Amino acid sequence: MTTEAVISARNLDLTFETNDGPVHALKDVNLEIKKGEFVSFIGPSGCGKTTFLRCIAGLETPTAGEISVNGMTPDEARRARAYGYVFQAAGLYPWRTIGGNIRLPLEIMGYTKKQQAERVARVLELVELEGFEQKFPWQLSGGMQQRASIARALAFDADVLLMDEPFGALDEIVRDHLNEQLLQLWARTEKTIAFVTHSIPEAVYLSTKIVVMSPRPGRISDVIESPLPKDRPLDIRDSAQFIELAHRVREGLRAGHADG
Amino acid sequence: MAKGGNILPVVTVVAAILVIWCLAVIPMNAHLTADQAQRDGMTITPESAADRQDYLGLTLALKNPAIIPLTFVHNRPRLPSPHQVADEMFRTVFGENITSRRSLIYHGWVTLSATLLGFVIGTTLGILLAIGIVHNRTMDKSVMPWAIVSQTIPILALAPMIIVILGSIGIQGLLPKSVISAYLSFFPVVVGMVKGLRSPGAMQLDLLRTYHASDPQGLWKLRLPASIPYLFASLKIGISAALVGAIVGELPTGAKAGFGARMLVGDQYGQPLVTWAALFAAAITAAGLLAILSLLERRTLRHMGMVAS
Repeated sequence: MTTEAVISARNLDLTFETNDGPVHALKDVNLEIKKGEFVSFIGPSGCGKTTFLRCIAGLETPTAGEISVNGMTPDEARRARAYGYVFQAAGLYPWRTIGGNIRLPLEIMGYTKKQQAERVARVLELVELEGFEQKFPWQLSGGMQQRASIARALAFDADVLLMDEPFGALDEIVRDHLNEQLLQLWARTEKTIAFVTHSIPEAVYLSTKIVVMSPRPGRISDVIESPLPKDRPLDIRDSAQFIELAHRVREGLRAGHADG
Repeated sequence: MAKGGNILPVVTVVAAILVIWCLAVIPMNAHLTADQAQRDGMTITPESAADRQDYLGLTLALKNPAIIPLTFVHNRPRLPSPHQVADEMFRTVFGENITSRRSLIYHGWVTLSATLLGFVIGTTLGILLAIGIVHNRTMDKSVMPWAIVSQTIPILALAPMIIVILGSIGIQGLLPKSVISAYLSFFPVVVGMVKGLRSPGAMQLDLLRTYHASDPQGLWKLRLPASIPYLFASLKIGISAALVGAIVGELPTGAKAGFGARMLVGDQYGQPLVTWAALFAAAITAAGLLAILSLLERRTLRHMGMVAS
């Protein structure tokens, strides 16, 4: 793992003008994400975690401060297709098969048919959906659909993966399984992952770095480097180290609320 | 279009309509039938035709029960009975050479060809306008109000003008009628397609932005496929409107052929059966066109992996 910063934000500020007056969504956000890190953003709703992710993606424009992705502005990075984005809902096109959905970004980016076929096969294997290429989304469970949407984000060569509560709508058993799979996938692909969640165990289990955020205005209240080893079986969640870490995150969330 | 489960309700409604129709025939035709019967030597009360005008049709029929069966077979009825219409249709559909002016098939094709051409023009125009409206703010603000205004003008007032103006520059026959069909059928397509092209949610559009997809790619890969169910709903309204447009185009200008011409001829020459037969043939044509579109809709949506509504 090198130490170069893939994503770096300095004094980031974002205010939305709404009908009810300005909303201060992000205030003075400073953060560096290094290559190969798995960073979770956790906080109550309205803390700006999704907004920050959208700033990284160039889907929102900060009102002040600087942010760079791979040394470029987020908009340049978006044009350079530097990241894959996974939304809370799978958002697969119902009229395309699973294979067709994964081909979508590849078609848009102009990959050849042969490259498309190779990549679809490769990412389907990565998310363990081999054999489902010809199925339509409605023939798959919610968890499988979300895996297909992760495959879609992995299909092109972005080395950053931005995930906005991707498992938020799934039940806990499916979520555990997907978390485990995501860690394996991260280990195999060595991508840099920014992951928004509101689940403390999920954040602690997955991350090398946990960013605790608090609302009104949205800001970072704590950044915790995880001491957990990179290899994490599910039962690591019963270890004292894990529980202590979860406790610290919870304290951070509570502190953010108290002075918020 | 009837699936296994709803044949019974459909049959029930049709039977109810036929019963009401038959019951209406008696009072509607009572006076005409009484006059005819009297000329044929039957005794009718009251005897004077002028006195009979004071009676309701129903009263007259009840006073002279003998004329009741005759009301169903009068050869120039005010309201033809169902079997008379069926007879007339059968005779003019199957009994005549299809190139003959007496053949309903001949007239049907004249109207249908104008309808289909107008429908294709209207649908194409509608889709193109909708694409423009969705992608261009100026068109969004400017086209839609005009499209709505265009539909508030009574087509009956507009149709003769279109036919006369096009006729004066030498365009006659099929095309002017198709223009009227297109005029009526583009509107539901514009409305439906604007809604359909805008149906993808913010998340879907954000996803395409993360791929840095161009507008044409977004249109082709997301907006158009997403709008297909809306398109079919619009096409079903549009095809019926196109048929009405073609018939209206035949009415005011004394067209020599087509369902509209048949309706006019029947009306002007006192042959209600001709009018009614043309009316029913037009209704059956519309139903047939709708059935074809429904079939196409189900096939297309199934092929696209979406369940047909």
